[in-house]
Formats: sequence, C-alpha cells, structure tokens
Amino acid sequence: MNSSNAFEVRGMNLHYGSFHALKNIHLDIPKNQITALIGPSGCGKSTFLRSLNRMNDLVEGCRIDGDIRMDGEDIYGKIDVNHLRKRVGMVFQKPNPFPMSIYDNVAYGPRTHGVKNKPQLDALVEKSLKDAAIWDEVKDRLKKSALGLSGGQQQRLCIARALAAQPEVILMDEPTSALDPISTSHIEELALTLKDQYTIIIVTHNMQQAARISDRTVFFLLGEVIESGETEQIFSSPRDKRTEDYITGRFG
Amino acid sequence: MEIVFLLAACMSIASVALICIFLFANGLPAMKEIGLDNFLLGRMWKPGADIYGIFPMIVGSVYVTGLALAMGVPVAILTAVYLAFFCPQKAYRVVKPAIELMAGIPSVVYGFFGIAVLVPLVRTISESVNGRGNSIFTAALLLAVMILPTVIGVIEPALRAVPRSYYEGALALGATHERSVFFAVMPAAKSGILAGIVLGLGRAMGETMAVIMVAGNQARMPKGVFQGIRTLTGNIVIEMGYATGLHREALIATGVVLFAFILIINMALTLIQRGEHR
Amino acid sequence: MKTLCRYTRRMSAFLRRHYVGSRLMNFAVHAAAAVTVLVLGFLVAYIVVRGVPNLKPSLFALQYTSDNQSMLPAIINTCTMTFISLLLAVPFGVGAAIDLTEYARRGSRLTRLVQMTTQTLSGIPSIVYGLFGMLMFNNALQLGYSMLSGALTLAIMILPLIMRTTQEALSAVPDMYREGSFGLGAGKLRTVFFVVLPSAMPGILSGVILAIGRIVGETAALMYTSGTVAKVAGLMDSGTMLALHMYKQASEGLYLNEAYATSVVLLVLVLLINLLSAKTAKLMMKGRG
Repeated sequence: MNSSNAFEVRGMNLHYGSFHALKNIHLDIPKNQITALIGPSGCGKSTFLRSLNRMNDLVEGCRIDGDIRMDGEDIYGKIDVNHLRKRVGMVFQKPNPFPMSIYDNVAYGPRTHGVKNKPQLDALVEKSLKDAAIWDEVKDRLKKSALGLSGGQQQRLCIARALAAQPEVILMDEPTSALDPISTSHIEELALTLKDQYTIIIVTHNMQQAARISDRTVFFLLGEVIESGETEQIFSSPRDKRTEDYITGRFG
Repeated sequence: MEIVFLLAACMSIASVALICIFLFANGLPAMKEIGLDNFLLGRMWKPGADIYGIFPMIVGSVYVTGLALAMGVPVAILTAVYLAFFCPQKAYRVVKPAIELMAGIPSVVYGFFGIAVLVPLVRTISESVNGRGNSIFTAALLLAVMILPTVIGVIEPALRAVPRSYYEGALALGATHERSVFFAVMPAAKSGILAGIVLGLGRAMGETMAVIMVAGNQARMPKGVFQGIRTLTGNIVIEMGYATGLHREALIATGVVLFAFILIINMALTLIQRGEHR
Repeated sequence: MKTLCRYTRRMSAFLRRHYVGSRLMNFAVHAAAAVTVLVLGFLVAYIVVRGVPNLKPSLFALQYTSDNQSMLPAIINTCTMTFISLLLAVPFGVGAAIDLTEYARRGSRLTRLVQMTTQTLSGIPSIVYGLFGMLMFNNALQLGYSMLSGALTLAIMILPLIMRTTQEALSAVPDMYREGSFGLGAGKLRTVFFVVLPSAMPGILSGVILAIGRIVGETAALMYTSGTVAKVAGLMDSGTMLALHMYKQASEGLYLNEAYATSVVLLVLVLLINLLSAKTAKLMMKGRG
C-alpha cells in the first residue's frame, strides 16, 4: 500500500442481483486531492462512490467482491461500518438537511460519535460552519430549522454537517446538480479550499466542473473504468477514443 | 433493540391468537352441549327453559345488515363520485373533513339520535301497516348512515386511482363528463368499490350499541321490516349482565358465531384487495 | 334535403336522451352528497340544540347520585382510561411499526403474518373485544370489573390503529434523511430514534389522537370489562365512562334531558379530538415543504 493513497481498489466487482454493475475495477485514489468521477448516466460512478463508505449495504441484493482498502485496511473486512462512515463523509445529490435546527444538524455527527461536552460541541459546530463557508449566513439563526435555508445554503450546511464528524475523506455525489450557478460556484470554491485537509471524491455530470476543480479524473463507462489520470491529461490528450468522444460531447 | 421491536410487532399475532383461544375455549363447549344444529338453526331462544337457538338472531343480523347496505351503499358510492369528480375545490375542503368527522361520532350518540329522531319518524311512517318505531327498518336506516364514512373513505381513493386516460378517452369519444365517470372510470374501480362495500358490511354486522338502542331486540324470527328484531351483537350485550351457567356460555358462543362471520368478511376483503394489486 | 332533416332530427333525439341521462346522473351525485352532509349536519345540530339548554352545573357535581345524574365521575374515568390505554398501546404500536418499516424484510413470512393479524384486529367489532376482555382479564386473570381490565381491552383494540398510522408516518419520511444519518456514521437505532421518529412525530401524534377519539366514544368493549359504576375509579375499581354513562341514561328512558346534555358533551369532545388529529396530520405535511 502506498501511503499517499486514501483508497486502493483491486479487482472489485459489484452485482445488483444478476446485474453486473461494476466490472473488475482497479483504482488508486490519492490523498488530499480532488478526484472526479465522470461518465454517462448509469455507468456505475455513483455506485462506485457509495461502495467506498458501504452505503450500498443498504441496497437489498447488492453483492461486492474484490478488494477495497482504506489506509491498507480492507473496508469490507472485519471493521465497524459506522466508524468507516465517520471517516468517510458523504454529501448527497439533493441537499438533505434533517428537519431540525441548523445547530442540531451540524452537531448530529459529533453527538453520534460521543461528543457531549457543550463548549466542545459549540466550537466544533462553529468551525465546521466556517469551513463550509456558511457561518456568516447562519450564525444568528442557529436554533432555526434548517429547512428554511435556500437550496445552496442547505447543501453547504450538509457539507458542514459532514465536516463536523471529522472525516478524512469526503464523497460528493453530484453535489451541485440541484443548485443554481451561483450556489454551484460557492460549492466548487469550497471544495478547492477543503482539499488541503481532506481527500475529496466527487461524482459529476458536468464536464467543466470536473475540469475546473479536480486534480485527477476517472472515466466510467458501462461499469468499467476506461481511463484514469491527471485531469489535464485526460481533458487535453485522452488515450482512449471513448473518453475523447465523451468529453467532447459526442455521447452522454 | 431490534428484538424489542420484533416482539412489539408480534403483539398483534399474540392478540389474535388469544382472542381466538379465549372465545373458542369458552364458546365451543356450549355449542357442543346444546348441539350445533339446535344452536345455529334453532328458532327458539328461551334461556328460562334452557332452549338456545340463535337462528332468529342470525337472520336478524343478516336482514338489518343487508337492508343497511341496500340503503347506504348507493348514497356512499354517489357521494364518493361527487367528492372525486364533481366537487369544487372550495366545497371539498368542507365536505371531506365533515365526512371524516362522521366516522368519529361514537355509536351511542348515533343510537341516541336514533331513539330521539328516527324511532318516532319510522313509527309515523309505518302506522298504516301496524309498524313499530323500534324495528329492522329503523336499525338499518341508522346503520346506513353510520357506514357512510367508512365506505366513502375506501371508494373515493379507489376512484381517484383510476388513470386519467380512461376518463379523457371517454371524453374524447364525445361522452359527457357524467357518462365518462360512470361508464369509463367506475368500472375500472370496481374492486375498490367492492372492498368499500365489504368493509361497510363488516362495520354494520359488528355494530352493537346503536343497533340495540333502536332495533326492539325481540328474540324471535322477523315478522316484517317494521317489526322489532334482535341481532347477534344485541343478544350478547342485552343478556350478558345477568346470565349464568349454560346461558352465559351460549352468549359467548353467540360471540363466536359473530366472530366467525367477521373473519369470513375480513378474508373476503383481503382476497379482493390482493386481487386489486395483481 | 329531406333525408338530411330527418337525420338531424333523429340525431338530436338521441342527443337529448344522452344528455337527459347525464343530467340524471349529475342530479343523483349531487343529491347523494347533499344527503350525506345534511344528515351529519342535522345530527350534530339536533344534539347540540337539544343538549345545550339541559347543561346544568349539577351535572358536573363530583358525586354522582341518581338525582343529579352527574357526568363528572364518568369524565374523570374517561381521562384515566384514555391515559392507561395509551400507556399500554402506544409503545407496542410504535415499536411494531418501527419493526415493520425499518427492520423487517419486506415479504418475509413473519412480516406478512403480522400484517394479516393487524388487519384482522382492525376488523373485529368492539363487542367481541369486550367479550374477550371479560373472559381473559376479568375472569382468567381475575382482575374483575376494573379500569385496568377495560384499559387492557382497549389497548388491544387501538393497537392496529396506532400501528397503521405510525407505519404510514414512518414510510412518509424520505429515505434521504436515513441515508444522511447513515452517511455520518450513525447506526440504525440512532437513525431511527434521532432522525426518523422525530420527523414522523406529527403523523404518529395524529394517530394517537385518533385513538383517543375511539377510546372516548367506546361502549361495547367496556360494558363487561370496566363496568358501569358511576364513581371516580382507581386502577382496580369498576368505573363507568362518559359514553357508557350516556347509554344508561338514554336506554333507561328516565333521564332523557340529562342524556341530551351528556351526549352534547360527548359529541363536542369527540369532534374536537378528531379536528385536532386532522390539524396535527397537516403539520406533518407542512414539515415536508
């Protein structure tokens, strides 16, 4: 295991019942970089993302074999799934703040993992909201319901909520697909500042977004990794014809 | 913790099992002692003489329930059609909650309303045929009102669940709004309508207090719709207070017969609903 | 020209019949709805108009005598009974619903059996519950005529109602809340108690209030379990409830005026409870938006 990699995936296969959704995936995901997963709808990129924090466990009939290691540890071996999900945070496609106050949303993660001390919790909430660049907008209404925020604010709150659990990796599943352009640029800037402290893996449909923010890009097609590498290289001189067709918009 | 939830879920299984065990264990011996034939088909109920035939009560329940459905179901179906296809938005916000409230009114209040209003009314209407106020007709009329919310509550969603294309298809062929609803939408919702009727049947047959307040409760074969009658439910409530020995067991056995009827009705309902999902 | 005339005449005759049929259907639909609403309106108005003038302070005396026909003991007992029944039924009902929506595998045999028996329970008439309660709690468990015996009976009776409404409320909670919670490393139990249940609370509450309405209006299940003694009752005493109290007054025929008064109290109480339930259910919808 190379210690500069957050994840190392070897010979991974995923089946939904009889459907072979991911085929023989080999992939390294380096630490403190933004890795973008791109590809047409249904290519398996979201499925792959969700197998990194074992969210696919919730899907009935889902079966995974092969090897996925995080810091050398087999995440499908004898580990505590909840602890894995604490280490690997997630931001979803549609902002999903819980129907409770802004404060309670952010405090949910730490409370789950045993932080009870009020000053410590306050500090953590404030730091997370600041890191997610939403503190100034919500600091006067922490006790108000999170559902009163705009879509973009909700998504940043969800990022703050993920940060508060003090993860090492953050998975983002098309985090801006439900947002307007201004909110989208907020989230993109945020991702760029966060990569110093966290490893970020982002699924996106938006080619420009991948080009703008990611360091590395992985192209999925029909459940296979077709090509992966430096974003610049993938976008300027793709090695595979299918990658080129996709990023130049010939299909997808 | 998961096991705690599972145990809670098993509570309903346990309840049904206990209800069956206690009713059957206490009711079946009496049936055996009286003789199943004599008990179910005997036309005489004379606890004083140790004669326990509940046939009059079975017939009574069937008459009252049947008549109640005959009066209540058409109104219920038409009202459901009104709610689903004819009701302006504004009226709906009043009518729908009103009908839901109807379901919440306690049966004693319905019964009391029956005593105060329906009984004198029916007495006047049926004077020429020597009718009584406390009669099959009165009980059925009251039950017809009481089952309205239940039946409407099942049929309205069933009508709404019919794809709009049925209605639009009929409309496009030149049918009026009314014809489209009655001849294109309603046939498509027939299993839902049937489920509503069967649910109403169960409600009507199981209703107790309202019925005994207006039915007259004479334990004899019915002599006409404007004469009194006793239902299975009524039989239990009226005599349980002072019954002992075989008499008491015969009343519990009456409960068993009622329970059996209800189980059959429930089963029919399940079958209808299962057919619907297919 | 002549044939065309005849044709149009025949056509218009057909159309007239066509439209007359539609008119009739239209009339029937509106008439039925009117009957339904008018019957309800008349019933409520009649009880209120006849009942309110008969409301006297003596009807709310702490001690019941056959002279004052006070309903206060019955009202107090109704409150006690409601409280105990809910205490018994709500944990089981909510727990069962959690099992069915959050834990149980859909379509497993046990789940199907639970669903089937729950449906059976909700179809059983209250007199059968009364009979069962009398046999099991009064006789077999030797509780005798008592509030406890009545409350146990009612708890089983309202169990399916609470289960169904809770199940509906839980399934209405969007899966993205659950995913969000799991994604933060929360376990199943924490997710259920801290995210799913709170968001389903208005729906659950509306079901509980509906159950209160049923308890308050219940008679047949209580007549031979908790009995009809018109006194403020403790857990092990026999005590009458408001609806049962009213039944006695109405069926004995001696205290019709008092019966009107009691029924107006009962009716208004139950209608208010049901309105409250509907209002709470709406809160659930609002929380979504």
